[in-house]
Formats: sequence, C-alpha cells, structure tokens
Amino acid sequence: MNNGHIINIEGLIKRFPVGSGFFTALDGIDLSFGKGEFAGLVGPSGSGKTTLLNIIGSLDSPSEGKATVMGQSVGELSHKKAADLRNHNLGFIFQTYNLLPVYTVFENVEFPLLLLKMDKVKRKKAVMDALDWVGLTDKVKSRPKQLSGGESQRGAIARAMVKRPQIVLADEPTANLDSENSHHILQTMEKLNQDLEATFIFATHDDKVIQYLKRKISLADGKVINDELTPNRT
Amino acid sequence: MIALKLAFRNLIGAGLRTWQNVFVLSLAFVVIIWHRGIIDGWDHQAKRDMIAWDVAGGQYWHEAYDPYDPFTIQDSHSPLPTVWQEMIDQDKITPILIAQATIYPDGHMLNVKLSGIDPYQNILKIPTQELEVEGEDIPILLGTRMAKSTQLAKGDLVTIRWRDANGTFDAAEAKIAGIFKTNLPTVDNGQIYVPLERLRQMMQMPNEASIGIKAVNLEEPLPQSGWIFRDQQYLLADINAILEKKRVGGSILYFILMSLSMLAIFDTQVLSIFRRQKEIGTHIALGMTRGQVIQLFTIEGAMHSILAAGVAAIYGIPLLTMQAKNGFAMPASADDYGLAISEKIFPVYSAQLILVTVSLVFITATIVSFLPARKIAKMNPTDAIKGKLQ
Repeated sequence: MNNGHIINIEGLIKRFPVGSGFFTALDGIDLSFGKGEFAGLVGPSGSGKTTLLNIIGSLDSPSEGKATVMGQSVGELSHKKAADLRNHNLGFIFQTYNLLPVYTVFENVEFPLLLLKMDKVKRKKAVMDALDWVGLTDKVKSRPKQLSGGESQRGAIARAMVKRPQIVLADEPTANLDSENSHHILQTMEKLNQDLEATFIFATHDDKVIQYLKRKISLADGKVINDELTPNRT
Repeated sequence: MIALKLAFRNLIGAGLRTWQNVFVLSLAFVVIIWHRGIIDGWDHQAKRDMIAWDVAGGQYWHEAYDPYDPFTIQDSHSPLPTVWQEMIDQDKITPILIAQATIYPDGHMLNVKLSGIDPYQNILKIPTQELEVEGEDIPILLGTRMAKSTQLAKGDLVTIRWRDANGTFDAAEAKIAGIFKTNLPTVDNGQIYVPLERLRQMMQMPNEASIGIKAVNLEEPLPQSGWIFRDQQYLLADINAILEKKRVGGSILYFILMSLSMLAIFDTQVLSIFRRQKEIGTHIALGMTRGQVIQLFTIEGAMHSILAAGVAAIYGIPLLTMQAKNGFAMPASADDYGLAISEKIFPVYSAQLILVTVSLVFITATIVSFLPARKIAKMNPTDAIKGKLQ
C-alpha cells in the first residue's frame, strides 16, 4: 500500500464502447483513500461515480491508468484474484439492496462468511453481531420480501460489514429510502466506520448522504472537479 | 461442499417454485417410464399370447408341412410316432391334424383351414373343451373374428365341404359349439377347430396328425423320423423381428418424449437462471468466482432432477406397480380397428428402462443448468448486479 493509502488511483481512464465509438466515463482520475475514511463520490448522473466505484470494487477494470486496491492492481487481476479481493477485503451496499430473495436475513448476512469458510460457531456469532450493529436481531428469520426498505438496507449493511472488510463501497445507498430511514442508515454506517475503522466510499448525489461525508469528491463528466474535506465532520 | 450447501439452501428457500419445477420434472419421469412400460408390456404380451395360443413349448411338424405353402397341407400328415402316445396321454404333446375345407355361411363360399384338435388338451389356451358335445352335426369352434366375418353365432349350422385322403369330396352340417376370443389373429382368422377324432374320420386318416404341439415344460423328446422339431425361437422369429422393428420405432418415440421433457426443463431452467441474473451478479460482488457461480447453479439444476426422481418414486412406484399388476384397460372397440390388442395391457418396467430414463433426465437437467449459468457468469458483473438483460 502506497503512503498508508489502501486505494491509489492514477491516471484512470474508463471508456465504454457506444455504437462505432467510445464514451469516456472516467477521464484521468487521480485519487487516494486512506484507512478509515468516510468519503463520497458526488456528482450528477453520468458523472462517472458508479463506474469509479465498480473499478475500486474490482467489478470492472480500467481502460487506461492504474487502480490499486489493498496493494493489488485491479486491471491486472484474474477473475479468481478479483473474487478473492472482494471476498476478503470489500463490502458492497447497493441502491436496490440486492438481498438474496430465497434466504432469510440471517442466511443473507451469513453468505460472505460461508465463502470465507468460517466455522459454524464463529459464523453464527459474527452474523448476530452484525445484525446487532444494524438493529435487526429480531428479523433473523425474515425473508427480504417481509422487510421494509430501511430494514432491507440495514440487512445489506450487515452483510457488507459482517466479515469486517477494509473497504465498504456504497452505491446510492439511500436512493430508495425516506428521510428518516436514510438518516438512520447513515448514522449506522458512520458508527461502523468509527468502530471498525473501515473505509467507506459512497457514490451519491443525495444531500442527506453528503452532509455525513468527511471527504467530498465531486465528479463531472468523468473528471474530479473538487476534492475537499468537510470541516464540520472531520 | 459450499456449493452443495448453498444449492440446497437455494432450493429449499425457493419453496413453491422449487416444488413446481420438481413436480413437473417428476411427471416427465413417470410419463416417460409409463409410456415405455406400456410399449414393452404390449410387446411382451404379444409373445406371451403367441406361446399360450399357438406355439407352446415348440412344435413338431410333419416333414412336408409348410404353413406358408397351402399346397403342402394335402400331403403333410402321417400316423403319430408310437413314442408320442404316452406323452399324449400325459398331456405333454397334443397332435393337430390340418386340412382344407370350404364352408357356406349364409350361401357364401369361404375357404377355411380345419384344425382337428383334442377337446381334452390343456397345452394350448384354445377352449377346446367346448367341442365335447354329442350329436349328429360336426361340432366346430371359431374365433370372434372368424365368427364376425362369417356372421355365425353359437348354435348356428353351416355346411362344410372337404376332400378326404382318397380325394373324395364330402360335405356335412357343422354346428357352432363355441366362439372364443383371442388376441392372436393367426389362430382365429380363416380357421375352424374340430374334434381331432372327428376330423380323422372325415379325412379317412386314422391316428394321423400334421403337427404336434409340445407342452412348455416338457423336455425335448428324441427326434422322430419324418417329423421336424421347431423350437420357440424358430416359431417366434417373425414376432421377434416385428418387435425389434417396433423397438426402434418405440425408441424414436421415447426420445421424442424425452426431448420434449428436456425442452421443458431447459425452458424452465433458462428462464429461472436468466431471471436470477441480479442474484448471480450479487454472488460475484460478494466474492464468488465465476466457477463457483456456475458450479452452484449447475448443482442446483442437478438437485432438481434428484428431488424429482425422489418425488416421482413416491407417487410413481405405487401408481406404476398398480398398473403393472392390474393392467391398463384398452377400449373395447380397439379390436375393431384391426389391431391385435388385448383387453388389458400389463406394462413392464425394466431396471434398465428406469436407470436409463433417470440418468438421461439427470444428465440433461445438469447440462441445461450449466449452459445458461455459464453464459450469465460471463456477463459483466456490473450489468448482472443491475439485472440488465444482455
């Protein structure tokens, strides 16, 4: 890891084929994130924030430049290595929660630990701890369709956090939530950021999220136009 | 191990959707096995009927006798070998004298084959005991097809004209002593059964016969000069050849049915897996490799077929066993279409049939789960997560 940073992005360009040409979604991004940050990629739709989040999450790869996550260059990772990186170090929170519909809340949160081959006793304790963090211990046997939007997103946070990842990537986590639930979710994540020292990176254009950020990186047309620490939160 | 656990969890978690798929797949198992069992049972029955009504344990033919050449009938008769007498008395061989004749039902003329048979025989299933009647008229026995074509009923009289051993034409009234029903047209169409001694008298052929029918459980007696032994294999060669051809045709139908089932499974699996691409994308985001995703969904598909085999066994075994025991009733009119169909067909289910069907469904269900899972696992995970169709 470079200079204590767990994420280093240098000259990152991402192009997508569109018709006979290309659309440049990210155009020369240079960024670094340290351990325990609570940062947000902010900008309008099409500014490139989700694309950048996907590259950091090793779900996509750069067209040019370099993105290094936990010392591993995302563009050079094999599918297996990328899966390994996600499995051990990354937690994802999606706009649409993406809870597995046939599993209970407990099973959804347990899922990443099964992939890590954690033994049953430790697994159960870790799942219950994670559900306790988000206040969902009374819903362990519920299925996603029985949960409200706020509960579903809390379940998704518990799933992202249960393996205590170094980095949590949240793509528009409050987009489908009302104001009260949004604040509840954000307070939960803020607390987890402090307690577990995980780096949180959001992709958002929601003002409710922005007011919680300690670092705000503004994107427009695939470029970083502003990168600032938020004084009242730092 | 994880894939197995997750696949099982997916199946149980999917609840009704799983059981719907499993039930449909189990129906495919049962219907395919039942259909093939009926065809095999039909074939077995055809052979059983041939043995019961005609072939028995084999036949001794007079050396001049050729059933496919009517001109040989006139000369294919001779006195019975003396060593047979004891066996005839013990009901181990029954002699049949064959002659040609003409009958005149309702003023029409019809050539028939007269078979003189011992009314007390128990080797063939033909109900010859109905020939045990006293009277001036010659008692004769007909099959239902023959009775229908001649419009004769039990108790009717019909004129028979024949030519005896000396070449003299003679005629007499015959009375229908009985009409029997058989699945085997070859012992019915164009044939009339007469008491053996009566035919011998009519033909002036005392103690003579054209063929000797051997009981099924009798060991083959020593060869007799002037008589050729035709074993079951020889006498069933034609039906075996027909069944072999039917087997090929039946296999085509079997594979058509199997393909239709497979198509249904394929559609279900493809639809199911494509609908779950968001789930697959989430699996990848949570740290599964593509190989693990493919493995998970393939095992899930294979588990469907294992569960389906179990469910099929639960209701299929009692159902198919009951049918094998009680038979499958054919419509009463089936015989009118000219098909030799028994009133009931008893399906036969071989272990090979069940194993092949279960294995084929299992393998195909696995393949049709693997192919779409592989395609989706190759999707860009960012699109799969959003559930974008590609």
